Amino acid sequence: MNIVVLVKQVPDSGAERTLSRADHTLDREDADLVLDEINERAAEEALSLKDTADAHVTVVSMGPESALEAVRKVLAMGADRGIHVCDDRLRGADVLTTAKVLAAAVRRVADVDLVLAGDATTDGQASAVPAVVADLLALPQVTHVRKLDVGAGRVRAERRTENGEATLDAPLPALVSVTEKINEPRYPSFKGIMAAKKKPVDTVDLDDLFPDADDAGFLVTRTRVVEAVARPARSAGTRITDDGSAGRQVAAYLIAHKLL
Amino acid sequence: MPDVLVLVDHDGHHVNKSTYELLAAARRLGDPAALVVGTPGTAARLGESLARHGATGVLAAESAEAAEFLLTPAVDALELAVRETAASAVLVSATTDGREVAARLAARLDAGLLIDAVDLDASGVVTQIVFGGSYTVRSQVTHGIPVITVRPGSFEPAEHPGTAVERTLTLPAVDPAASARVTDRRAAPAGDRPGLTEAAVVVSGGRGVAGAEGFEVVEELADAMGGAVGASRAAVDAGYYPHQFQVGQTGASVSPRLYVALGISGAIQHLAGMQTSKTIVAVNKDPEAPILDLADYAVVGDLFAVAPQLTREVAARRAVG
Ligand SMILES: Cc1cc2nc3c(=O)[nH]c(=O)nc-3n(C[C@H](O)[C@H](O)[C@H](O)COP(=O)(O)OP(=O)(O)OC[C@H]3O[C@@H](n4cnc5c(N)ncnc54)[C@H](O)[C@@H]3O)c2cc1C
Ligand SMILES: Nc1ncnc2c1ncn2[C@@H]1O[C@H](COP(=O)(O)O)[C@@H](O)[C@H]1O
Repeated sequence: MNIVVLVKQVPDSGAERTLSRADHTLDREDADLVLDEINERAAEEALSLKDTADAHVTVVSMGPESALEAVRKVLAMGADRGIHVCDDRLRGADVLTTAKVLAAAVRRVADVDLVLAGDATTDGQASAVPAVVADLLALPQVTHVRKLDVGAGRVRAERRTENGEATLDAPLPALVSVTEKINEPRYPSFKGIMAAKKKPVDTVDLDDLFPDADDAGFLVTRTRVVEAVARPARSAGTRITDDGSAGRQVAAYLIAHKLL
Repeated sequence: MPDVLVLVDHDGHHVNKSTYELLAAARRLGDPAALVVGTPGTAARLGESLARHGATGVLAAESAEAAEFLLTPAVDALELAVRETAASAVLVSATTDGREVAARLAARLDAGLLIDAVDLDASGVVTQIVFGGSYTVRSQVTHGIPVITVRPGSFEPAEHPGTAVERTLTLPAVDPAASARVTDRRAAPAGDRPGLTEAAVVVSGGRGVAGAEGFEVVEELADAMGGAVGASRAAVDAGYYPHQFQVGQTGASVSPRLYVALGISGAIQHLAGMQTSKTIVAVNKDPEAPILDLADYAVVGDLFAVAPQLTREVAARRAVG
C-alpha cells in the first residue's frame, strides 16, 4: 500500500503570532517553527498501518527551507521518503494554490492508495486544503476523522463535526484528514532520528511540478489583504480572593453590569 | 442585479438560523438566491421561509442520492448554479461542512476564497478576525467571483418578505469512486441548552473541574444563567466532557456576552476560542493562572466553593424575577 502524508510546519501555537508589516503574511522570522501537532497524528495513522501491513509512506510538505525539518521529523517517526516543495514564488500561497501544489506532488508518487492529512492547521485554520486536494485528485473526501479503518480496498471512518457524527465508507484510493483526537503520536526514537538522516528527500520547485506552466499564468493567491489591525490586548479587570463570599460578589458584579 | 448565491443549511425540514444570517449578509451585495441541495421535495418545504427572509430566488438541486454522499452533491450543485445564474458572489456558512464545500467550489471556479468573514460591505470587502482574535483583517478577492464563508452568529437574521422565483437544477450523478458514502448519521444530542456558538452566556470548565461528576457544577451554573456549557481541551481529553463542547483553537470559537471560565488556566490555544467574548469572568485557585490577567472579573478561589454560591445567587435573583 502506498500512503502519502501531507504535513505542514507552523509557528508554535503556544507563542504569539504576528503579521509582517510588509505584506500581511504570517511573520515566520521570530516564531518557533514546529511540525503541526495534528499532522503528527496523521503521520501516526500512516505508520500504524505500516506496522501491520506492507506499506510505503511518503511525507510531503510545501514550505520554505526550514520545512525540511518537519519532513525529517516524520521520517524519524518511521516514514520512508520525503518530498519537499520549496519555491520562493509560493510565499503567501492561498488555499487553492497550496492544494494544487500538494496535488501535483502527490501525483509524483506512483499508485497512491491513501492520502492522509490533518483536518486543520493551527496557523491558517482554513480546514480546507484536504478537501480541495481530494477535489483535484478526484478522490473521495473522508475528512475530520476521529476513527479510521482501512482494509479490503476500502476506508471506513467516523467523521465528527459540530453537528454530530457520520460513518463514512469509500473505496481506495481516498483522502483522509484526521482530528486531534484520533490517536497519540509516537516519538521518534534515537535510532529513527539517525536513520532519517539517510532517507531520501526530493526537493522540488514549481518548474518540476508544473513543467508546462508559464509564470504569468500561475496565481499564488486570489485574495488581497486591504488592511490588518492588531486588536487591543485585554487588560486585567477586578481581582478578588475568595473569602467565602466570592460567589455573591461575582453575582453583584454581573448585576451591576446588566449581565444578570 | 446579479444574484448572490447562498447555500442553504437545513436538516430536510427546517432551515438553520445560520442561513437566515447568510441571507441578511447577501442582501448587502445583491439579490440573494438560495440554493437547496437535498432529497426531492426539500426545496418546496423550505421555500416559504427562505422567501420570508429575503431570498428572491430558490434553486432546487434535488436527488435521491444528495443526502447519501458527503458534500460532493453540494459542490456540484453550487458549481452548476454559479454557471447558470452568472452569480456575482457565493456565501456559505463557515461550518465544518461549509468550509470544505466553499473551498472545493472556489477551486473549481479558480476564484478567490475568503474564509470566516464576520462582516462584509457592498464592495465585497470582508472583515476577518485572525490568529485567535489578535488581528482584525479586511480582505477582498482579486481573481474570480468571491466565495465567502461567513462565521455563524456574525449577522442578525432579518425578515424581508417577498416572493421567490423557483427554479430547478439537474444534479449530475455522483461518481462513487470520487465521493464518500454516508452510511450512518448521529446528530449531536440537542439537549435543552442553547448552542455553544449562539449562546449569550457560556460557562466552561477545565482540568480544574477534576472529573466528569465535577461538570455538574459547571452545568448547574450554565443552566441557572440560561447559557451553554463549554470545556477546555484538557477537560475533553481527560474524558470529563464531550468533544463537541471544546472551546479554543481546535474547538469552537465563541464570542458571547459573558464567558465564565472555571478551573481553566488560560493557555493561548484556549484564549484563541474565547477572547473576543464581551465580558470574561474567571475562577482559578492559582493566582498565577494567565486567565486571571485578562478576565474582567477574576476570582482566586476554589471553583467548587465559588460556582455553587454564584449559582444559588443567580437562581435566587431569577426567582424574584
Ligand atoms: C495545537 C494545539 C491546539 C490546542 N487547542 C486547544 C483548544 O482548542 N482548546 C483548549 O482549551 N486547549 C487547546 N490546547 C491545549 C492548551 O494548550 C492547554 O493545554 C489547555 O487549554 C489546558 O486546559 P486547562 O486550562 O483546562 O488545564 P490546565 O492548564 O491544567 O489548567 C487547569 C487549571 O485549573 C485550576 N484549578 C485546579 N483545581 C481548581 C479548583 N478546585 N478551583 C479552581 N481552579 C482550579 C488550576 O490552577 C489550573 O490553572 C491546544 C494545544 C495545542 C498544542
Ligand atoms: N503547506 C502545506 N504542506 C503540506 N501539507 C499541508 C500544507 N498546508 C496544509 N496542508 C495539509 O492540510 C491540512 C489542513 O490544512 P488547512 O486547510 O490549511 O487548515 C494540514 O494539516 C496538512 O495536512
